[in-house]
Amino acid sequence: MSENGKPKFAMYWAASCGGCDIAVLNIHEKILDVDANFEVVFWPVAVDAKYKDVEAMADGEILLTLFNGGMRNEENAHMARLLRRKSQILIAFGSCANEGCIPGLANLSPVEEIFETAYATVSTENAAGIRPQPETQVAEGVLSIPAFSPVLRTLNQVVDVDYYIPGCPPESHQIAAVIDVVLAVLAGKAQLPPKGSMLGVGQSTVCDECTRVRNVRKITGFRRIQDLECIDPQVCLLEQGVLCTGPATASGCTALCPKAGAPCAGCYGPAQGVLDFGARMMSAVASVIDSNDAEEIDRILDGLVDPAGSFYRFNLAHSVLRTGRASWNGN
Amino acid sequence: MSGEFEPLIIGFTCNWCSYRAADMAGTARFKYPPNIRLLRLMCSGRLDPTFVLKAFREGADGVLITGCHPGECHYIEQNYKALRRVLLLKRLLGSMGLNPERVKLVWASAAEGGRLAREISSFVEHVRALGPLGWPQRAMANGRYAAREEIEEVPA
Amino acid sequence: MTSANGKRQIPRIGVYVCHCGSNIAGTVDVEEVAKWAKERLGEQGVVVAKEYKFMCSSLGQELIAEDIRKERLDRVVVAACSPHLHEKTFRGAAARAGLNPYLCEMTSIREQVSWVHTDKILATEKAKALISGTVARVREHSPLESITVPINETTLVVGGGIAGIQAALEIANTGHPVYLVEREPSIGGHMAQFDKTFPTLDCAACILTPRMSEAGSHPGIHLLTWSEVEQVEGYVGNFTVSVRKKARYVNTELCTGCGICWQKCPKNVLDDKFEVGLGYRKAIYTPFEQAVPRFPVIDRETCTYFEKGTCKACEKFCPTGAIALEQQDELVSFQVGNIVLATGYDLFDARRVPQYGYGRLPNVFTSLEFERMCNAAGPTNGDIVLRDGKTVPKTVGIIHCVGSRDRNYNNYCSAICCMQSLKFAHLVKERTGAEVYNFYIDLRTTAKDYDEFYQRVLEEGTLFVRGRVAEIIDGAQLPGGDERMVIQVEDTLAGCQRHIPVDMVVLSAALEPRADAGEVAKQFGISCSSNGWFTERHPKLDPVATMTEGIFIAGCATGPRDIPNTVAQGSATAARVVSYIAQAELALEPIRASVAEATCSGCRICNGLCPFNAIVFHEDRMVTEIMTALCQGCGTCVAACPAGAITCTGFSNDQVIAQIEGMMAVAFQPEPV
Repeated sequence: MSENGKPKFAMYWAASCGGCDIAVLNIHEKILDVDANFEVVFWPVAVDAKYKDVEAMADGEILLTLFNGGMRNEENAHMARLLRRKSQILIAFGSCANEGCIPGLANLSPVEEIFETAYATVSTENAAGIRPQPETQVAEGVLSIPAFSPVLRTLNQVVDVDYYIPGCPPESHQIAAVIDVVLAVLAGKAQLPPKGSMLGVGQSTVCDECTRVRNVRKITGFRRIQDLECIDPQVCLLEQGVLCTGPATASGCTALCPKAGAPCAGCYGPAQGVLDFGARMMSAVASVIDSNDAEEIDRILDGLVDPAGSFYRFNLAHSVLRTGRASWNGN
Repeated sequence: MSGEFEPLIIGFTCNWCSYRAADMAGTARFKYPPNIRLLRLMCSGRLDPTFVLKAFREGADGVLITGCHPGECHYIEQNYKALRRVLLLKRLLGSMGLNPERVKLVWASAAEGGRLAREISSFVEHVRALGPLGWPQRAMANGRYAAREEIEEVPA
Repeated sequence: MTSANGKRQIPRIGVYVCHCGSNIAGTVDVEEVAKWAKERLGEQGVVVAKEYKFMCSSLGQELIAEDIRKERLDRVVVAACSPHLHEKTFRGAAARAGLNPYLCEMTSIREQVSWVHTDKILATEKAKALISGTVARVREHSPLESITVPINETTLVVGGGIAGIQAALEIANTGHPVYLVEREPSIGGHMAQFDKTFPTLDCAACILTPRMSEAGSHPGIHLLTWSEVEQVEGYVGNFTVSVRKKARYVNTELCTGCGICWQKCPKNVLDDKFEVGLGYRKAIYTPFEQAVPRFPVIDRETCTYFEKGTCKACEKFCPTGAIALEQQDELVSFQVGNIVLATGYDLFDARRVPQYGYGRLPNVFTSLEFERMCNAAGPTNGDIVLRDGKTVPKTVGIIHCVGSRDRNYNNYCSAICCMQSLKFAHLVKERTGAEVYNFYIDLRTTAKDYDEFYQRVLEEGTLFVRGRVAEIIDGAQLPGGDERMVIQVEDTLAGCQRHIPVDMVVLSAALEPRADAGEVAKQFGISCSSNGWFTERHPKLDPVATMTEGIFIAGCATGPRDIPNTVAQGSATAARVVSYIAQAELALEPIRASVAEATCSGCRICNGLCPFNAIVFHEDRMVTEIMTALCQGCGTCVAACPAGAITCTGFSNDQVIAQIEGMMAVAFQPEPV
């Protein structure tokens, strides 16, 4: 407890875009409840606090930490370990912390290639070809920057995590609902859910919330949505040949994308208990390809560009294999 | 034991044909290398691609998937679903940089014990030629093939 | 090794390693394996690990049973031979000791290890790996109870040929009701078209028609002719069947079958069905004199009234006012517990072998045409004559294996053609005294009294030429030829080409699966072989059952066979059906899939995946359900469900994943000490 008697709250961003922080601020007046019930001790995007302030805290001093972002470098992992130690409840918040999200797709590329893209492509002015070095000797001594990890890891691949709130970013109404639960627990009116639970999601998958009409499945070809001449606003996108990952993606977002005419890309991650999102989705669509002939099936599959990116857009770092080309390079 | 690389392969079999082909290979004493470990499913249609990924993750260097010949599925047509999944899985693995030849689909009827033994032997040799995949050693260390102990391993 | 639902009690597992004499112990160090399992798999819950000479012996089984009781084992792993040999044995032993049988699992270290590997060290390590996998798997097992379903005592028999008639009669004679559905106007099938039956030469009609009338008048048999099964739903014990009764345009309540209507009908129609194009019938007709039921049907396609709106001769003359031209198709639906499919065969279309000239050369006949020609009630009143209807042939060539044993058409042997051709040869000799040549590849006369018949036909002077006929040449096209045809054949016994002039050729055409066999199989949830015949559950040990419980098959729908064989199969299906009915309820293997309704999103990915129609979508709740009794446990839908909402017993994701982990936990070769 802080001096004013309020429990302490922290939020941190590791390898992420910042959208999760915005999503929390986007819960409108509910943010006042957060302020009324918590003392915000650490939240780089919103309040001024230093790492050393956190380091100075007693273990378990923070009641609740929302951690967003993946573990791309040693600093990310260091903060994860630190906040784990200082927090009673650590929540992996948002797709990056849960499953790696878009930054996790970098696991498909060797580190050298990532640096090549970041520091040497045409959009970068770097005539001297300078690359970040973990340590640099300068007149004043040795400067060090956090080492870039070989692969991006998710929060629970580095530390123990209590709860998971998926989404890129989590939907505001879901965040608000979780805050209500936490406040009820604080008021002694509710019990904490079992450790390891996913919060702020539905029990089923996106199709459950999607209003598009669907029939018995048969896939005769795949098309990218931009290649469709016209999109039937009523009919399931998968039925129109577009790889919509709604069937495999946890519900909770109210099927925003498919309702708006864009295929679900899977940001809410797999349904509870599913080990590998990409394998689930891939198995589902492959099963309903409308052919028993290997050549014909291959012709249909030709329409699926970038299988890894399509099936693991948000989940690669947390998939069973976790990584791609970076590791075996065609071997 | 020589220091030569010995691949480990997980083989998925169908209860009605290829598992029985393995039985028959045994009864007929057809020899094949001990590098393969067979696991029984009711049907190749039960094959969840997750199982293949899991086998690689646990250190398998290759995965052999076997089922009834087209048109002979005990469950009428479920082996075609396995075919569709394997074709897509191989593309996915390829796009992830993992050599799709590490996955092989073989049809073997209950009578084809000899054929199954030959397919296993040739697949073992093929994977041996591809070299070790070594997921645990490589995946978390960006291909540098770290020793298993060096890897910060946290259960998924 | 934690399951999705978190912590659970550590199980108490017993591991039993069989020597199988020296079959396993000769290649696998069984003592080492058992010792290793006890030491290294202790963390997994292994509390007992033993090896024994013969685990399957009563002493071996007792060893396991005693441990279950004394050591309070709740899981058992037996590392021995293939589960296909002894899974039942060990599960039985476990059950006798009070353990749910499905908590006992086998792993094959004989067929998959000792018999196929030679290096003792590597074989031992592999045995450990397989045991490790099975131990990990059995931890995820839960007790299963077999599912019982009540059996409705009514049976549906589809197809009113001799197989279906036999099945229907045998079942109905036990006092259980039968629906017999036939799509033609009469029952009787192909057998009703035949003249004599080999090898006894008794007349087909003489032996068949009493059975037909018995079936027609049996109080327990509900005959639905001119009818087709439209839909089948449900599962063993409890099928709902819809049958379309095609409009007969005859009120069967009033019709007496007197025959005045077809005598008065002015429209003659070429009968290409029963008389295979050799004779005529009327637009209102019964296919043959002894038809059962005796009521005629009006052929809408050819009836003048339906063509032009006038005529009604039949209506005018019918003494009972039974003609009902306004009749419509009727859908009837009923419940049955079991189904017998006896849908028969189609005759190979001999036009597909152009070099034999059928359809082009007038005096080339098919076997079925020849049957009708020989039949005293047939189009020629039993006279064997050329197509002109009067000339008696002096030389006849009978060609075997037309469309069968031929990689261009069907690889299989049609089973009946040899005997049928011998029968034809005999009939030609008997009735015309003509010279008869039989052109054969091999003569197959394997059943009772068949070879004796062959000897008889040989003695009668029929000539046999071994060789596949290359071509039947129109004699008029040959220099110096006459109106006779010339059969060109390589006589493979004489080793020469022969050209044999004949007046008439009979083609023993192959038996083929019904053109719609694939659709029928799909409708009833069974499978067809690559040739298109219905597939048996087991070709030897369960030849009349199918993979779908409660669906049985008989007769030529399962493959070419002769009449005795067909009748035996009809009876066999009856025995199977009556045995199910007598049991009143049936226990089914509990390896089944099910849907967690709360997790199902109604995405419908799985909806089209089940060949047994076990997957049902509820439009109102937008969820999918799996009909437990219909599910055969293949697990295809489990693997396809994108939400992970479908699970299955026996081969759950947790079980398979655990087994992979367990198997891979043991290295290829022992770690250096």
